[in-house]
Amino acid sequence: MNLLDMTAVELSAAIKDGKTTAVDAVRASLERIEEKEAFYHCYITLDREGALAQAQAVQARIEKGELSGPLAGVPMAAKDNLCTAGMLTTCASKILGNFVPTYSAEAVLNLQKAGAVILGKTNMDEFAMGSTTETSAFGETKNPWNPAHVPGGSSGGSAAAVAAGECFYALGSDTGGSIRQPASFCGVVGMKPTYGTISRYGLIAYGSSLDQIGPLAKNVADCAAVLEAAASHDEKDSTSIERKDMDFTAALAEDVKGMKIGIPRDYFGEGLDKEVKEAVLQAAKVLEEKGAIVEEFDLSLVDYAIPAYYTIAAAEASSNLERFDGIKYGYRTADYEGLHPMYKKTRSEGFGEEVKRRIMLGSFVLSSGYYDAYYLKALKVKALIKKAFDDAFAEYDVILGPAAPTTAPKLGESLADPLKMYLGDIYTIAVNLAGLPGISVPCGLDSAGLPIGLQLIGDCFQEKKLLRMAYTYEKARGVFSKAEKEAR
Amino acid sequence: MANIIDDETIEYVSILAKLELSKEEREQAKKDMGRMLDYIDKLGELDTEGVEPMSHVFPVQNVFREDVVTNSDTREQLLANAPEQKDGMFMVPRIV
Amino acid sequence: MAKEYETVIGLEVHVELATKTKIFCGCSTAFGGAPNTHTCPVCTGMPGSLPVLNKQVLEYAISVGIATNCEITRYGKFDRKNYFYPDNPQNYQISQLYLPICRNGGVEIETEAGGKKVVGIHEIHMEEDAGKLLHDEWEDCSLVDYNRSGVPLIEIVSEPDMRSAEEVIAYLEKLRLIIQYLGASDCKLQEGSMRADVNLSVREAGTEAFGTRTEMKNLNSFKAIMRAIEGERERQIDLLEEGKAVIQETRRWDDAKGESYVMRSKEDAQDYRYFPDPDLVPVVISDEMLEDLKSRQPEFRTDKMARYKEEYGIPDYDIDIITGTKRMADLFEETVAICGQPKKVSNWLMGETMRLMKEKEVDAEDLHFSPENLAKLIALVDNKAINGSVAKEVFEVMFEQDIEPEQYVEEKGLKTVHDEGALLKAVEEVIAGNPQSVADYRGGKEKALGFLVGQTMKAMKGKADPAMVNRALREKLAE
Repeated sequence: MNLLDMTAVELSAAIKDGKTTAVDAVRASLERIEEKEAFYHCYITLDREGALAQAQAVQARIEKGELSGPLAGVPMAAKDNLCTAGMLTTCASKILGNFVPTYSAEAVLNLQKAGAVILGKTNMDEFAMGSTTETSAFGETKNPWNPAHVPGGSSGGSAAAVAAGECFYALGSDTGGSIRQPASFCGVVGMKPTYGTISRYGLIAYGSSLDQIGPLAKNVADCAAVLEAAASHDEKDSTSIERKDMDFTAALAEDVKGMKIGIPRDYFGEGLDKEVKEAVLQAAKVLEEKGAIVEEFDLSLVDYAIPAYYTIAAAEASSNLERFDGIKYGYRTADYEGLHPMYKKTRSEGFGEEVKRRIMLGSFVLSSGYYDAYYLKALKVKALIKKAFDDAFAEYDVILGPAAPTTAPKLGESLADPLKMYLGDIYTIAVNLAGLPGISVPCGLDSAGLPIGLQLIGDCFQEKKLLRMAYTYEKARGVFSKAEKEAR
Repeated sequence: MANIIDDETIEYVSILAKLELSKEEREQAKKDMGRMLDYIDKLGELDTEGVEPMSHVFPVQNVFREDVVTNSDTREQLLANAPEQKDGMFMVPRIV
Repeated sequence: MAKEYETVIGLEVHVELATKTKIFCGCSTAFGGAPNTHTCPVCTGMPGSLPVLNKQVLEYAISVGIATNCEITRYGKFDRKNYFYPDNPQNYQISQLYLPICRNGGVEIETEAGGKKVVGIHEIHMEEDAGKLLHDEWEDCSLVDYNRSGVPLIEIVSEPDMRSAEEVIAYLEKLRLIIQYLGASDCKLQEGSMRADVNLSVREAGTEAFGTRTEMKNLNSFKAIMRAIEGERERQIDLLEEGKAVIQETRRWDDAKGESYVMRSKEDAQDYRYFPDPDLVPVVISDEMLEDLKSRQPEFRTDKMARYKEEYGIPDYDIDIITGTKRMADLFEETVAICGQPKKVSNWLMGETMRLMKEKEVDAEDLHFSPENLAKLIALVDNKAINGSVAKEVFEVMFEQDIEPEQYVEEKGLKTVHDEGALLKAVEEVIAGNPQSVADYRGGKEKALGFLVGQTMKAMKGKADPAMVNRALREKLAE
């Protein structure tokens, strides 16, 4: 079996068994990168020597029996908004184009403790603002299933890298769907855990109350293993939650008998692509055949999630991005006369169009006289949305729907009409507002051969139910990888 | 379009946001912001009378640290990313 | 005849709390480090860093609230105040706008007329301090040091209840004493650990409506505050007399020039876009926590004064001075606890300590000799190991360097010489060497003895017990 066709868990087992080594795995990944990167551009930064050195160190520890987890020695990638000590971390922005953090994100440290080998940092929408990875200041990433299409976003580089075999798994971040939507577009598994499950320390903030780090992986088992390794209660993050049920891999069982699935009618209305709809409903049928109880229901408030989200996210972003001012780190304009012109030129030259658009909107909705009408109103709507989910989860174990209304759009089609692009987040965004876990699992291809994602949404802290159901579905569905599809 | 964003508002917001927009960018920003606000106005359809604004989803509270010094001098690392520095400090344009 | 005006004053007082670490990170708050050596990713606004609240900050803030009769907010939050300035590394300050920790309190002050009045406290909130900006003339630029960035502050916002500079000073002194007694801050105006911004307006005497107020900043001594209040009152009255309006604005006081100026810029929009900080979670104060903090409130000045009178029996005047600062009261009580001689301790504080503080321009808060050493010094005198003038000499060194007096006396050879033989020898020499004085004394001039005592002490290098010298001389002369 080709190393690169293995899942992360399979690879670590093979390394442990002495069938291969962490160093060979890195070499194979780097070879794939050499071969494919020119076409897909999944990475902003590659650390070839560093990865080989890490692999040697990890291999030695595995041989000594110091490392034995399911990710030991496995090469991975991190989205470029996760700080990595000594490695460039840009957020795909010119304003952080030369920023080398002196500290690593807690999630990265946790994975390193589990024996992860970091290959590099993946491309993304600038500051995670976008749904296509086209707002990156360092060029777009292409969808490995069809390079004329976007990989989705904002964690598009991470999703594409996993899909193209340029890493075994990747970390992404999800503020409004930024893991689940690119996972859907690239035919990989992507999960956003319950808010507070993975520490945000070292994640460069976009919308702090919505941001969550999560895995992008080849299958559900890898996804559970990465989640288990990355999650922790971190005293450096006040919003980090202490949980006693983070043994996520324990949930991987083929058993959905008696589980109640709710399908929100409001997720299947206007705007949903017909082929996506059919594939998702077919997946529901598969789960029903496995013993789940499937019902339709009205979730309500679906149309209000996007305006509430963009108000809150833009407001928080406008404040979070104030620190990029050309004084302490990052880009500073070459030519300025005095402090305020320095600020303005630095930020205007350093930020891209979409980021500026959201900063302007966020500054406006928080400004004197508008705070109550916009920001406070959005926080109240958020409370209503949370309530709607609470009501739904009183009835159902899992909510099932599409991850995105369409498959991956063509490159260059989305940015011209931002509002239209925002509407593509309709099925993922409410999950962030309510802090819920959500997972996207591939459930088919459209007639153009592009992947379709099934989204499962759970109540807070119910990742295990999601993983169990996703795992059961995945087993029933059969193998789904680009390599397999191409081979057929 | 219900929300008309005028030049004055864009000028004011760009002062708050510390952004300098070109003429074309300003026109685009007026249009974009107006359109987004029209869309956000949709929230007005919902009756939120008596609803508590929800900043945090979970009732996590009272997360504290003890008053113990844990950090040491890492100035060199701190300044490593500075665009301009002098005497161990960040250099900025003269502030009157 | 000119109109009569009334001055209406409210204060915003910032107090730096005496925590070991900053409000949201584990960096030291100690003064005097080289620039940017007390910093970390959190207090320098590095991307991805997150704040975590220092519990001691909350406890100090609540304690000040309890001591100033405030209601304690049982469900509080932190908000971000957004504005760009280089001393503010995130370009937002974490503060409290919507749900400050304390509200609706007040403290009683004594007015000039000898009456009492309550100055209301609108709210007390917690926030982080900014870094320091230095101006570099050579490069014509400014330099930023974030050592102070993130040092915890409380801001105490009064109601506009004060009517004169004297009331303002009385209020500030009262606040300072309460906070010092709590140990929550040393409240030094000159060093900036207590800072007051003055909100002032004037109105025609007898009218109800408030005039337009201005806010005055950069006041770093009581004298500057008094001068600024006087200056601003006159400026506003002059405007009104000329038929002009007072503009609501923030002004900076230049104490050297004795005038204030306004700094206005298009770029300072003063629209802070406050919103709840999503990185911090709510602070919920339980009954237990509140009761615990209440039970830990120290004895404040009024109670202390009554207790001193009863327990120690020292004069009212001494009590007033000693309880006037936390440091003095602590020194007094701790020394008395060791030596059990309140009157003698009080004498050292009222006498030599006050004299040296005045001479060397030292504030009570900066006294650093230890109670242990003062008690030892008192014991040395009691045991006649040293005499009174040597004790004063030793105390002066102790005042400066907190030396251990026994060791110091030993090393410097200052011990009173109790050697009878040596004394007798000295007395004989003095009598032999000063026949005129001896004759005078023997002729009935009692005064001459004083001179002979002095000569003997000199011969003994100051280390004799004066009473012994006196006795020995009298005996010898009577022979």
